[in-house]
Amino acid sequence: MTTSTVLAAAGGVSGGEEVTFWILAPLALIGAIGMVAARNAVHSALWLVLTMLCLGVFYVLQAGPFIGMVQIIVYTGAIMMLFLFVLMLVGRDSSDSLIETLRGQRVAAILLGLGFAGLVGTAVYNAMDKTTAVGLDQANAEGNVQGIARLLFTKYVFAFELTSALLITAAVGAMVLAHIERRKQDKVDQVSTMRARFAPGNYPGPKPGPGVFATSSSVATPARLPDGRLTERSTPDILPVRELTAQETTLKGTDR
Amino acid sequence: MTPSLLAQDPTLADFGRDPWWLVLGKIVFAFAFGLLATLLGVWFERRVVGYMQVRPGPNQVGPFGLLQTLADGLKMAFKEDILPKAADKVVYFFAPTISVICAVTALSVVPFGPMVSIAGHHTPLQVTDVPVAVLLLLACSSMGVYGIVLGGWASGSTYPLLGGLRSSAQMISYEVAMGLSIVAVFMTAGTMSTSGIVAAQGDATRLTIGGYEIPAPGWYAILLLPSFIIFFIATVGETNRAPFDLPEAESELVAGFMTEYSSLKFALFMLSEYVAMVTMSAVTTTLFLGGWRAPWPITLWEGANSGWWPMLWFFGKVIALVFVFVWLRGTLPRLRYDQFMRFGWKVLLPINLVWILVLSGLRSIEGWDWKGKAIAVGIPAGIALIATLFWPSRKPQPTPTTQEQVDNRPYGSFPLPPMDLQVPPSPRITRVVAEREPANIVAGSDSREV
Repeated sequence: MTTSTVLAAAGGVSGGEEVTFWILAPLALIGAIGMVAARNAVHSALWLVLTMLCLGVFYVLQAGPFIGMVQIIVYTGAIMMLFLFVLMLVGRDSSDSLIETLRGQRVAAILLGLGFAGLVGTAVYNAMDKTTAVGLDQANAEGNVQGIARLLFTKYVFAFELTSALLITAAVGAMVLAHIERRKQDKVDQVSTMRARFAPGNYPGPKPGPGVFATSSSVATPARLPDGRLTERSTPDILPVRELTAQETTLKGTDR
Repeated sequence: MTPSLLAQDPTLADFGRDPWWLVLGKIVFAFAFGLLATLLGVWFERRVVGYMQVRPGPNQVGPFGLLQTLADGLKMAFKEDILPKAADKVVYFFAPTISVICAVTALSVVPFGPMVSIAGHHTPLQVTDVPVAVLLLLACSSMGVYGIVLGGWASGSTYPLLGGLRSSAQMISYEVAMGLSIVAVFMTAGTMSTSGIVAAQGDATRLTIGGYEIPAPGWYAILLLPSFIIFFIATVGETNRAPFDLPEAESELVAGFMTEYSSLKFALFMLSEYVAMVTMSAVTTTLFLGGWRAPWPITLWEGANSGWWPMLWFFGKVIALVFVFVWLRGTLPRLRYDQFMRFGWKVLLPINLVWILVLSGLRSIEGWDWKGKAIAVGIPAGIALIATLFWPSRKPQPTPTTQEQVDNRPYGSFPLPPMDLQVPPSPRITRVVAEREPANIVAGSDSREV
């Protein structure tokens, strides 16, 4: 029997539970709204993390410490982290545009959302209004973790194993799809590498670095070959080629 | 173990009965422990590494250089706090805070000692305990990843982003190995509460594996040796310490996720790193080294495991583990990233799974008679033995001679000089030597070596 079990099993709502609820419930709601409203995808994910953390604490309050911790470890710790990974690799500046593709879509979405929330809220309130919670003590009789373990490994063992098999299949499938097998004939040996290197039209020497014999040390300034020509190969492809201003091309006064 | 000493073990029922000032005091103590451990830990690490590298280490500020960290911390606080232009300001600010909060929170379920009496209250030396305390530790470490990832992302530059991604991949991978090695502890102790695990390690009679009476100490480091080794390795990976300090690999990534951080924000990251190291040592002590229980020679003294003394044993064990952390840093070179990942997923994880399987098998035949036990242990052991004996070993390929290698090169390869080529001495070298010789008076006998 822990403090939280005592809190939730007392029949009504105890003081500590109520205080925690009224602190965290607005936070959870703010997180949910922020997740929808945030324009940056990473901010969206972070708001969702806030909501999930609050949910985890709620589970603990409801005498389910195990599920609360699992919520935090698995959902916030692993799954949201995976989301963040993808979002970060996509790029940090990819924020949503606020242009509506369908006219009146946002208003309709807000109205429908409010209506749905109202319906669900009313239904849950009506269903739960006059009922009293029973059976928590029996369920947690030998401890919350032990109770869940007993159910998982006796009554629901088949469903549990089936779910894990499904997950493993998904993981293996993803690996098979993402795996690239190199064929043996695709391997390039030293002889053919050298033939390609000295083939006509290919410059076998190392590329000159940007700024070699140039008037500026910028990475965007192409290097000069020994015969005075500029070589475009010296600048990275991703850099935009820009016209230098007259001030930039003039001598910097180091010749005097 | 006498009943009077057993009564010192706190149970879950002993928690949640303290007055508010006692709870506050415990929280402040745990927090101060984290901060002090950082202050002394940095000094300790620098001194020990210095000793290992045959140099004194910091020894100027205060006695034995003890105040060096304090001086560094003060200096850091007065440095300019740089906010990069491309940074995401809010997230950039919060990332170090998340790291510190997660690292410190984990200390709240670490038992520092048994039941003591403080101002008339009989209370355990532990902030709190829940039935899922060890899961709380895992949750803290998995939330701590956010600090690193967000710090790397919010800095708005490439090195921190790479460092952050590396670090989170590392921590998530090693969390799996860590969680699996704790499973063995759960199975043996039958509880997830930290105080319960410490109590289970003191009670040697409960720790019979496979029916064989294994005498005290009931430390899981001995009973569950594979789990302990894997857990400690995973701990090093989880705290981003050498040889697994790839996230901040100075030579490749500047400083990883904290490249753009300076002043107090950097100090917070550093604080969280050291607090995490101390927390992980404390957790390892709790889970595997008997927690606050005294080791064998001290237990000959009756009162070793009661009152305030156990705190001393606990701190001793923690310091010993921190020393191992520093020792590893002073000894081992950094791993390459792919080696590191391969080690985590292909070595630690399978060994862990097999070990858990073996352990659960041993646990499930505990109640059988000796004949059944002999069959249940003997048949798998025999199969494993035969399999290892008759496993087809790979035939060693004969290494080809140099002449064979030369003959087997494909058509069009580089021309090679003849194998018995004698390289004639360069005429230039002899000239240089001849010119130098008059000036170089002592090197007369060495001139042939040039």
